[in-house]
Amino acid sequence: MKKIKAVQITKAVMELVKRANFSLRKDVWTALRKAYVGEKNSRAKNILKAVLDNTAYAKKENLAICQDTGMPIVFVQLGQNLKIFGNLKAAINKGIEAGYKKYCLRNSIVADPLLRGKSGFSPGIVHLDVVLGDKMKITLLPKGFGCENKSQLKMFKPTCGIEEIKKFIIDTVKNAGADACPPYVIGVGIGGTADYASLLAKKALLKKLTTYSLQLTTIQQLEKDLLLAINRLNIGPMGLGGQTTALAVNVLTYPTHIAGLPVAVNISCHALRSASIIL
Amino acid sequence: MKKMNTLKVGQELFFSGIIYTARDQAHKRLAEAIKAGKRLPIELKGAIIYYCGPTQTPKGKVIGSCGPTTSSRMDEFTPLLLKSGLKGMIGKGNRSQEVKKAIKKYKGIYFVTYAGCGALLNKYVKNVKKIAYGDLGPEAILKLEVKDFPLIVAIDVNGRSVYGQD
Repeated sequence: MKKIKAVQITKAVMELVKRANFSLRKDVWTALRKAYVGEKNSRAKNILKAVLDNTAYAKKENLAICQDTGMPIVFVQLGQNLKIFGNLKAAINKGIEAGYKKYCLRNSIVADPLLRGKSGFSPGIVHLDVVLGDKMKITLLPKGFGCENKSQLKMFKPTCGIEEIKKFIIDTVKNAGADACPPYVIGVGIGGTADYASLLAKKALLKKLTTYSLQLTTIQQLEKDLLLAINRLNIGPMGLGGQTTALAVNVLTYPTHIAGLPVAVNISCHALRSASIIL
Repeated sequence: MKKMNTLKVGQELFFSGIIYTARDQAHKRLAEAIKAGKRLPIELKGAIIYYCGPTQTPKGKVIGSCGPTTSSRMDEFTPLLLKSGLKGMIGKGNRSQEVKKAIKKYKGIYFVTYAGCGALLNKYVKNVKKIAYGDLGPEAILKLEVKDFPLIVAIDVNGRSVYGQD
C-alpha cells in the first residue's frame, strides 16, 4: 500500500496557496485575453486591459491577484489504496494557515459566523471524495465572497421546462449585476439534492473554460445558449456596459429524485483562481 | 473639494491625496459612534472612504493587494455617514436608492475603481498609517496616501448614476 505523511500534504497545500493566489489559471487568462480582443465597447476594453495587467503585475510582484484571498475551498480526491500517516484535515488546514501567512494573504475567516470576532487564515472547507487508485489529487479554490454572496439555489418542479431554468440562471446573473466583479464565470449544478446541486455548482467552476467544437452535447449546448444570453445583458466589465458579462457558463449534472429538480448557481468573479497537485 | 462638485457621472480621473479604508465592521462601529454622540477616530467632514480590506503587507511594500469590496453592503450605514460630513466613497458596484438620494442631498460623490485588480492598485498607494479598530485586522481603518489612483465617477453630486435608473 502506498503511504504518505501528513507533512507532505501540508507542504503541497502551501504550494497551492501560492500558485492559486499569485498566478491566474491559464484557461481563465486565455478567456480574458479573448474577451479583451473581441470587446467593442471602449471602456469595457480598457477595464479588461487593467484586469490583464493586474494578473501580470500580481505574478511579477508576488502580490495576491485580488485582496479577497477567499474562503479556501479544498477538493480532495483520495485514492482508496493510499495510506495517510497523520490527520488529513488538520494537515490541509495547517498548509492553508502557513501558506496564507507566508505569502501575506488576507486573514478573512472568522471563527464564529454569528459572534464574528477576530479574523484568521483558516479553517478552509474540505470536500473529500474517495476514488480508485493510490494517488491523491488536491485542488485549492480560494473563493472570494463578493461573488459567493450572489449564489442562488432553487428547487424546481420536475415538470418545469428548460426555459424556466435558463431564466433562473440568467436572473441570478442580473441580480449580481455590477457587484461581484464581472466578467463572471457561472457555475451551475443541476440535479442531486439541495446541498449536492450547490456543491456541483461550485465544482463546475473547476471545469476548464473551453471554446466549443461543432458537435455539442445537450449540456454544452445549454452552456453555449446561456453564455450568449448572459452576454446580451450588457452588464459588462465592472457593470459599466459591454458585451463581456461572462467568460463562460459551466454546467455539471447528477441524477435526481422523481419529485424534484434542484438547480444551483455559483458565480465567480473574473479572478477565478484554483490550483491542483497530484501526490 | 469644490472640484469634486464639478465631476460628472462616467468621468474618469486620477486622484491624489488622502483616503481612509473602512468596510463592514468599521462602518457598523462608525454608525454606532455617531448615534451615541461619541468622538469618531477620523474626521468625517470632507473625507473619502475606500471600501477596502487589504491583504497582509509583504516585506518591502507599503501595502498588500488592495482592491475595492462590494459597496452595497455598506448601504445601510452610508446615509448617516453622508449626513455627518462624509464627502466621497470608493468601491465597486451599484448603490441603493436611499444612498443615491443621500448623495444628492448632502452633495456626496461615489466612485468605482478597477474591481478585482488589487495587485495593480497597490502601485498607487504611497503611504499607509493605521488609524483605528486594529482589532478588526483587515477591516481596520487605514489612512492611505495615494497618487494618481484611478477612479470613475459612478454617482455624481447630483445623484446621477452610471448604472442608470433602477
